[in-house]
Amino acid sequence: MVNKWEQNWLRTRERVKWVELKKADLQTYQDIGFKCGLEVHQQLDTEKKLFCRCPAGIYSDFDNYDAEIVRHMRPTLSELGEYDGTALMEFKTRKKIVYRIKNETACTYEFDDTPPFSINRQALEYGMEIALLLKLNIVGELHVTRKQYLDGSIPTGFQRTTILGIEGEFPISTRTIRVIQFSVEEDSCREVSDHRHTRVYYTDRLGMPLTQTVTYPDMLTPQEAAEACHYIRFVARSSGKVRTGIGAARQDVNVSVTGGTRVEIKGVSHISWIPSLTHNEAFRQRSFLEIKKELQSRSLDKSTWNISHCSLPLNKLQPRPIIDKITKSGWMLIAVNLPGFQNILSFFTQPQRTFADEIADRLKVIACLEKPNMLHSEEFCFSDKDYTDHPQLLSGEEWQLIKGLLQAKQEDAQILFWTPQEDLQTALETIQERAMWAFDGVPNETRKSLPDGTTIFERVLPGADRMYPDTDSKPIPISQEFVEEVLDKMPLYVYERMEQLAAWGVPRDAHTYILRNNLMPDIEHISAEHDIDPKKTALLFAHNIKSLHGDGPLPVKPDKISDLITFVKSRKLTFDIVYEMLPYLADDPKIQFSSVLDLIGYEKHNREDILKEIPLLHKMYQSFKTKSANQPFSECNWIMGQLRKLALGNMPLREVEEKVLAEITKEK
Amino acid sequence: MLDIFKGYKGRAVEVLKSFKMRVWGNCTINTTRGKFEGIILPRSENDDDKHIVLKLPTGYNVGIDIDTITGMKENSFKEAHYKIPEKEFPYTPGLPKVKLLGTGGTIASRLDYRTGAVIPAFSPGELYGAVPELAEICNLDTEKVFAVFSENMGPEQYIKLAVSIGEEIKKGIDGIVIGHGTDTMHYTSAALSFMLQDLPVPVVMVGSQRSSDRPSSDAALNLMHAAYTAGNADIAEVLVCMFGPTSDEYALLHQGTRVRKMHSSYRSTFRTIGETPIASVKRGEIKPIKTDYNRRRDDKKVKVYPYFEERIAMVYYYPNMHPDMIDSLVDNGYKGIVIIGTGLGHINKPVYPAIKRAVAKGVHIYMTVQTLWGFVHMFVYDTGRDLMSMGIVPAENMLPETAYIKLGWVLGQTTDPEKVRDMMLTPIARDITEGEPYNGYLIFQGGIPEVEEFLKTFHK
Repeated sequence: MVNKWEQNWLRTRERVKWVELKKADLQTYQDIGFKCGLEVHQQLDTEKKLFCRCPAGIYSDFDNYDAEIVRHMRPTLSELGEYDGTALMEFKTRKKIVYRIKNETACTYEFDDTPPFSINRQALEYGMEIALLLKLNIVGELHVTRKQYLDGSIPTGFQRTTILGIEGEFPISTRTIRVIQFSVEEDSCREVSDHRHTRVYYTDRLGMPLTQTVTYPDMLTPQEAAEACHYIRFVARSSGKVRTGIGAARQDVNVSVTGGTRVEIKGVSHISWIPSLTHNEAFRQRSFLEIKKELQSRSLDKSTWNISHCSLPLNKLQPRPIIDKITKSGWMLIAVNLPGFQNILSFFTQPQRTFADEIADRLKVIACLEKPNMLHSEEFCFSDKDYTDHPQLLSGEEWQLIKGLLQAKQEDAQILFWTPQEDLQTALETIQERAMWAFDGVPNETRKSLPDGTTIFERVLPGADRMYPDTDSKPIPISQEFVEEVLDKMPLYVYERMEQLAAWGVPRDAHTYILRNNLMPDIEHISAEHDIDPKKTALLFAHNIKSLHGDGPLPVKPDKISDLITFVKSRKLTFDIVYEMLPYLADDPKIQFSSVLDLIGYEKHNREDILKEIPLLHKMYQSFKTKSANQPFSECNWIMGQLRKLALGNMPLREVEEKVLAEITKEK
Repeated sequence: MLDIFKGYKGRAVEVLKSFKMRVWGNCTINTTRGKFEGIILPRSENDDDKHIVLKLPTGYNVGIDIDTITGMKENSFKEAHYKIPEKEFPYTPGLPKVKLLGTGGTIASRLDYRTGAVIPAFSPGELYGAVPELAEICNLDTEKVFAVFSENMGPEQYIKLAVSIGEEIKKGIDGIVIGHGTDTMHYTSAALSFMLQDLPVPVVMVGSQRSSDRPSSDAALNLMHAAYTAGNADIAEVLVCMFGPTSDEYALLHQGTRVRKMHSSYRSTFRTIGETPIASVKRGEIKPIKTDYNRRRDDKKVKVYPYFEERIAMVYYYPNMHPDMIDSLVDNGYKGIVIIGTGLGHINKPVYPAIKRAVAKGVHIYMTVQTLWGFVHMFVYDTGRDLMSMGIVPAENMLPETAYIKLGWVLGQTTDPEKVRDMMLTPIARDITEGEPYNGYLIFQGGIPEVEEFLKTFHK
């Protein structure tokens, strides 16, 4: 049965005009004023890190470390004597940051006890190639800038980053996307855990060279966002100088809608997640615009609106596990009244999410209260969701009691949360602050992406006021000779490659695989060397090899393919056998080609021997009692099945098939 | 003349002039590499004259090669003004009264994001804005005694500082904090240890290893530790208060004469040599490590000896040192030399004649050790005995820098060899100790299993 609050959720979802991603069309996004921009990050495949000489790309298990170091991050004052919003929030969280260090992957630079060494030239060269491939205006001199991050993900409290170029563009199928800037920066730590007031980071990834490509908010549908992201990824891959694999490429996606604001979804690790994340974010923003309208219609006065709260004696509620937990840890149970907020807490925001989740997320991040951290008067369990780890809901009588203590009115809403004394103030401020935002619409924030396509609050969106020059680095001139040197070695632009693929007749669905794996140079090389139609080579990769691994790294290296073709030719085998041999090479890259022939049971037969089997098999088929309705077709299949092993490598299968069909149809 | 080309020189200025451009102008620059828009920033004077620095609207800085410029146009202009808004430092009854004396190092600062400049914060109000926690620790007053870089600190500053501190103590104060650059902090702490004797309150020197403009700076925590120590510690000594481990955990309070900067960049760079630190401090808690230190008094009395002879030198001995190294000092009128010898306090024979000549000319020569840890022992080998017979005085286990400062201070008061010797070898503030404790020398060696276990268990 659908509870009344779930009914409200469904009602508000309709009010927001939410539709599933697959049912949305161009009109949906035009109506909502969808706009999306990207910040695409890509690790460069250098041997060493960007500002120290530690090796890049070596990762350890989180529990395998040599030492730990503790730091705290303090906000620094901005020009106006104000703290940046993010800075203030991070400081409120009073996090103790623990860095795990392994000797092999970190030196004193990583934990900020040594100034930077000069910037890695290899990273600059690799980065410059990508900057040129994006057709950017290349700067005359690099200036290393510090970009503040107070979450602790970088021990200095800032990321060293440098702009290589600005203002470029690239085409997607529907429009031209403009690039704001392209930079090379140091990668951050990997987060190990974040519990209460302690956040633990591992420093192995820290300092690896990372590029960042920032676009204008030119993408007008979720699909365009994904396509643009693919394009930027292809550009990076086409240089052949970037890392691949888990975490090597990530993107931040900015979304805004008409009347909303820029919200940044951080750390999206798969491009395939972009459509649902941006789609849901657009509707999340729209739901806040509806909430704003709703609150306006209730004529609540924002200037005097305040939450009220009281501490709730633990014995007032029925015994339940969460009460035991609170008692044991000596925490307090706090009831909060939100005047005039009835039907807001259960308001739709995202699939399976309500406005109350916005508050719960912030309580976790800002007040460091682990979830589940609260219950509210509009709590319900989605009828189609599993709720095993959720605290038991309160009964109607219990809420009546809480409302009584808070002297709440009918039109109010209540939150019940649990906290230690030291986090109480921050928690109350957090609730007040988020509720106040409801009057204004969409708060500026960065959000963390979840695999289900929804997002959770990560932090307040930082302003532009967090950049300043790195006093530890000198400017580096970018000479014309250097630019030309890189230009000389540069591959074709990605759009030129796409045109080339189309000209070869390679179907569009195969482009992604080829560009993602940067196979164009190999396809060209193999086709030329062995005099094969490039389309055939392209499809050998995009269909046959792709089917062997999916999204992982290439299971058979292009060099190996070329060797295989040489081998097949030298043995005077037909090309068909290449397809048959590939799975064995994927399983064991070191296997000898001749062993593969043994494994697939190849035997040498001459053409006449194969062809003379056809009439015999045809005769045999005629003697079968049951026959298919589609007789010539199934007979051909049957005969080919019998002949395949015999013919494979000895005679093109297509030719065998033609002969079989000729034999079958001869009598008709 | 108004400098509108801040830091720019040579051809860069010509280009700026030719397009009628100025620093702080928000402009459009057309180049052969495309169009750039942003604010023209000042340029560091040490950088070349071939580029113009631009702050992009996204906050990043880039340089434009002047040879690529085809056109420039100023769209608007807004000069930056560096000013830090002050908040009044709140007075809290019951909290100790602490005076912060500034010497020129940056203790706290704030950023100007428009230009990227770092603006120092110093007045109580500015410091309160940067480190508001100070108001919970003490009632703070500040005074800028002078403004010099750490490396330029010298006798003139030591004397000025000692006199200022003496005056503050006489006026009545619960503790003194001295903000100081870290490079030469241990020279100044040694000087103050000799110049200020029988202190009634703590004199705490503090600095930072990571500038205060960065979120991970040690400056704020150091300042809090120092202010707490000055206001509350029962230790009436000249102390250096800096990070114990590199982690943000606690600070160590080092005796001013036994401390040394031991790493070019670590936060935990200051170490007590040949002894243990006096105490450790965390906010709200001072844990004594030693017990035999001078206790706080409330009599506002202190002995100030503001003397220093400048013509003294330190000579770091190396194999194949020639006698003219010593001769040239003597010929230039130097009155005292601290030699930093090898091993137990040795130098080679070819230098002997120069030593003899120096002593004969009345130059006071004292021997310390390059090993830093351990005593000078000149009786063990003939070399040592020879040197002593020539008149070199072993300076026990005084640190080289401390011996240098002490010799300057002593020679500022007397040149009588016996008196000098007597003063040099009479410990004043643990500058010489009677022996070295078992835990006075600890340099752990990485890689050894038990050390690695220690490092994994405790925050370094």
